[in-house]
Amino acid sequence: MTLFEGLLLAFLIICAISVSVTRNLLESIIIYMGFSLIMSVIWLTLEAPDLAITEAAVGAGVTSLLFFATLKKIHAIKAEDAKQKDEEEKHEK
Amino acid sequence: MPEFLENLFTNYYETGAVVIFGIGFTSLLMHRNLLKKIIGLNFMDSGLYLFLAAKGYIAGRLAPIITDGDADPTKYVNPIPTGLVLTGIVVSVSVTAFLLALTCRLYDKYHTLDIDEITNLARKERD
Amino acid sequence: MKNKGALSRLWSFAEYGSFREEEFTLSPSDERHIDTDTPENRWLTTVQNSERSVGARAASWFSRRGVEIFQRLYRVAAVFICFTLIGVLLAVVAFLPPFGGADNPAVNEVPERYVAGAVEETGATNAVAGMISAYRGFDTLGEAHVLFVAACSVMALLRIDGPARRHGCLPDPEMTGEDMDFEPNSDLILRKAAKILVPLSFIFGLYVILNGTSSPGGGFSGGALMGAGVILNSVAFGFSRTERFFGERVYHIVKTACLTVYALLMAYFIYMGANGIYDHVWLGVPGGIVSGGLILPINIAVGFEVACTMYCFYALFRKGGL
Repeated sequence: MTLFEGLLLAFLIICAISVSVTRNLLESIIIYMGFSLIMSVIWLTLEAPDLAITEAAVGAGVTSLLFFATLKKIHAIKAEDAKQKDEEEKHEK
Repeated sequence: MPEFLENLFTNYYETGAVVIFGIGFTSLLMHRNLLKKIIGLNFMDSGLYLFLAAKGYIAGRLAPIITDGDADPTKYVNPIPTGLVLTGIVVSVSVTAFLLALTCRLYDKYHTLDIDEITNLARKERD
Repeated sequence: MKNKGALSRLWSFAEYGSFREEEFTLSPSDERHIDTDTPENRWLTTVQNSERSVGARAASWFSRRGVEIFQRLYRVAAVFICFTLIGVLLAVVAFLPPFGGADNPAVNEVPERYVAGAVEETGATNAVAGMISAYRGFDTLGEAHVLFVAACSVMALLRIDGPARRHGCLPDPEMTGEDMDFEPNSDLILRKAAKILVPLSFIFGLYVILNGTSSPGGGFSGGALMGAGVILNSVAFGFSRTERFFGERVYHIVKTACLTVYALLMAYFIYMGANGIYDHVWLGVPGGIVSGGLILPINIAVGFEVACTMYCFYALFRKGGL
C-alpha cells in the first residue's frame, strides 16, 4: 500500500462517516460530491480510466445536481438561507 | 489473529470497500431522513464497485488500452470488472433519480422527510 | 391493521391506546345522562371509573413510551446488524486471494480472450469499449433501456401537464412561483463562466464519445458530459434559452431515434448469428476516430441518449416538464 492510496481510502471512509454525522443536508450532499471525486481518483489508481471519467461526470456531476435540485424543490435551501439571514440580522443588531 | 489482520492489510482495497459498504448500510438503517438514506444507498453502491474493480486489478499492469498493436494479455489488467462497474454506475444514477422523484412526491404530500412521521401520517390517513 | 410487522404492531398499539384514552376522557360527560341513584348504575360507574384509571394509565404510558422504546430497540438492532454484517464481510475479505495477484481466479481465459481479440475482432484498441459494446452489446442495450425506463418513471412522478405547468395546481402554491419559472438570471459570474464552460463541455463530451473506441470514455461518460453542458446552460441562461435548441419535441425525437438505432444494430448483430458480423462491416483503422466498426455508431447513439436523459432528469426536477 502506498501512502497515496492509504490517504485516499482513509478520506473515503472519513467522508462516509461525516455524512452520517452532519445535520445539515446541504453539507452532506457536498461531502457526497467530494466522495465521488476521490472515488474517481481511486479508479485512476486501479487502472480503470473509463470509470474515472464516468464517475466524475455522473457521480460527482449529475447525481449531486439531482440532490441539489431535490433540496431546492423541498425548500430546504431556502429555509437555510432564511435562517442565515435571521442570524445575520441578529448579529447586526 | 495476526494473520487475519495481515490478510486484511494485504487486501486493503477490499477492506476499505467493505467498510464503506457497512457505513452506507448503517446510514441506510439508522437515519430517518430520506435524503440521508439515499446517500447511504449510494455509498453502498460505491463500496460494491470499489470491491469489484479491486478484484480486477493486477499489480504492475496497465489499463486495457492496447498501444502499438501489442495485444499481449499479460500486459493489461482485467477489463471485465471495469465493464460491469461502468454499467453499475449508470444504473445507480437512474435509481437515485427515481428515488429522489419519489421523495419529492412524498414531500409534496406530507411536508416532511422523516420516514417515521410519513408512516405515521399515512397510517392516520388510512384509518 | 393489515401489516403485521413489529413497527406497525407497536404503532397500532400506541395509537389504539391514545384512542382509548380519548374515549375515556369523553365518558364523564356521558355519565350525566345516567341516573346514578339506582344501585346497578352506581356499580357500573365505579367499574367504569376503575377501568378508566387502569386502561387510561396503560394507554397513555404506551402512547408516551411505546414509540420511544421501539425506536431505541430499532437503533440497537440496527447497530448490531450493521456490525455483524461488517464483521462477516471482513472475515470473508481476509480469506480472499491477495490483492493484485496475477494468478487470481478472476484472471482466467475470458479476459485474456477479450484483450487478445479486441483489435482484430472489434477494431477497438480500448478493450473495455470493445467488451461492453461488441462482446456484451446486449448488456449495454439493457442498460440504455434502464435509463429510458428511469426517465419515464421520473416523468410519470414529477411531470406537470399543460396549462397547470404555468399557472400551477401544485399542492404548495408557493412552489409554483418559486420553482417553476425561477432561475437566477441575474448572476453575472455564473453567466460569464457558463459562456466559457458550456461550449467546452459540449466539445469535450463529443471528443470523449468519438474517441471512445481508442481512448478511455465512450457513450455513457461523454453523454453525461454533454448533458451537464445542457444543464449548465439552462442554469445560467434560463430554461427559455435552452428550449430554443432542446425542447420536448427534440428530446422525444432524439431519444427514440437513438434507442431505435441501437436496437436495430443489435438486431442485425443477432441476425448474423452474433459471430459473423465483423466480416461484413469495415472495422476502420485501429486507433483512429473511425474505428471499431459498429462501436462508433453505438457510442454516438448511447451518448445522445444519456445526454437527453440527464437533462430530462434535471428539467423534471426543476420545472416539472421539458
